[in-house]
Amino acid sequence: MNFRKILALMTVILLGIFILQAFLISPEKGEIALNNFGKADIENRTAQLYIDKSVNSPNEEVIYKESKDKESGSANIVTSIVANYRALDTLGEVTVLFLAATGLSAILYNKKHAKNNFVVKEGSFILKNGIKILFPLLILAGSYIIIYGHLSPGGSFQGGAVIATALLLKLLSSKEYELDENKLKAIEVTAGVSFVSIGLYGLYAEGSFLTNFLETGTIANLFSGGIVPILYITIGLKVAVELTNIINDLMKA
Amino acid sequence: MIDFLEKWSFFGGSILLILIGLYGVITRKNLIKIFIGLSLMDTGINVLLVSLGYVKGGFAPIITSTINNNSYNFVDPIPQALVLTSIVIGVAVLALGLGVIIKIYEKYNTLDISKIRGLKW
Repeated sequence: MNFRKILALMTVILLGIFILQAFLISPEKGEIALNNFGKADIENRTAQLYIDKSVNSPNEEVIYKESKDKESGSANIVTSIVANYRALDTLGEVTVLFLAATGLSAILYNKKHAKNNFVVKEGSFILKNGIKILFPLLILAGSYIIIYGHLSPGGSFQGGAVIATALLLKLLSSKEYELDENKLKAIEVTAGVSFVSIGLYGLYAEGSFLTNFLETGTIANLFSGGIVPILYITIGLKVAVELTNIINDLMKA
Repeated sequence: MIDFLEKWSFFGGSILLILIGLYGVITRKNLIKIFIGLSLMDTGINVLLVSLGYVKGGFAPIITSTINNNSYNFVDPIPQALVLTSIVIGVAVLALGLGVIIKIYEKYNTLDISKIRGLKW
C-alpha cells in the first residue's frame, strides 16, 4: 500500500458515505430510502399511467386478449415505453450507437487493409462444426426475440445482440469468412430510413413525430400495437448490423 | 439476516459496485483495466436505477395469460426502459474507447498511462 492507493481509498470511502447518506434519511411515504426499499410508490408515479395505458385516454381496465384499441397496444409495458411513448429517445439512442460504430471505423481505418494485426487462428473442429448447427438457430432465436418484443420479455436490442453473437461466432470459426460490408451498410441504411419515415408519416397523418397512426388492435395478439412491432423490427436490424460492424472493425484492427 | 440483506443488497451493493469501479479507475495504470473499472461503474449505476423502481412481490410489467390485467402489482417500468438505453450507450462508449486504445498502443507501444508521453505535461 503506497500513499497513492491510501489516498484513493480514502476518497472513494468518503464519496461512498456521501452517496449512502442520501438513502439513510428517515423516509416519508413514497420517498426513496433504505428503510423504504421495495415499497416504490408506483400509483403516484408516471409509471401508473403507462401501465393503465391512459396518458391521453380515460382510465379503463386493460385485460389480456380482450381490451381493444387502447392508446398503446403492446402487452409488454417496457416496450410500449421504449417504442411508443418515448420513441424519440430510442431514435437518439440508435443514433448514438450509429455514431459509435461510424467513429470506430473512422478511428481504425487502415490504408494497408491487407495487413491484419490480429490474426484469427483457424477454429477447432468443435467450433467449426458446432457453428454450422448453431448459426441458423441463433439467427432464429434473435429474430423471435425481436418480433415478439411487444408480447414477451426481450426486444430489439436483445435480439440484435443475439444475431451479432451468431455472426461473431462465424467470424471466429474460420479465417476465410468475410462479411460483405456493402450489404451490411445497405441493411443499416434501409432500417434507419424506414424508422425516420415511419416517424415522418406520423407527423403527416396525426400531427406529431412518431405518433401511432395504425390501429392498436387487441392486447397480446401478434398483430397488435400499431407501429410498435414495425419500429422494433427496424431497430433490431439496425442494432444487429451496428454491433456486427463494431465486432468486425475491432477484429480487423 | 435475510431482512438485513433484503434492505441493503440492492442499494448498498450497487453503490459498492460504483465505488469499486471508481477505485479501479483511480489506481490502475493499464488502460484496459481503467476501462474495466468504467464498465463496473456503469453496471452499478444501472443496478441502482432499476432497484429504485422495485416493488416487493411485484411482477414484471408484462400482461400475460396469468397476470392478465392492469390491477396487479407491477414494478416500475420506466427505469427499466431508461436502463435499456443506458446499457446500449455503455456498449457504444466501450467500443469507441477500445478503438482509441488500439491506436494508442500502435503509436506508443505501451498501455501504461505513466509511460505514454502524450499524457504528460
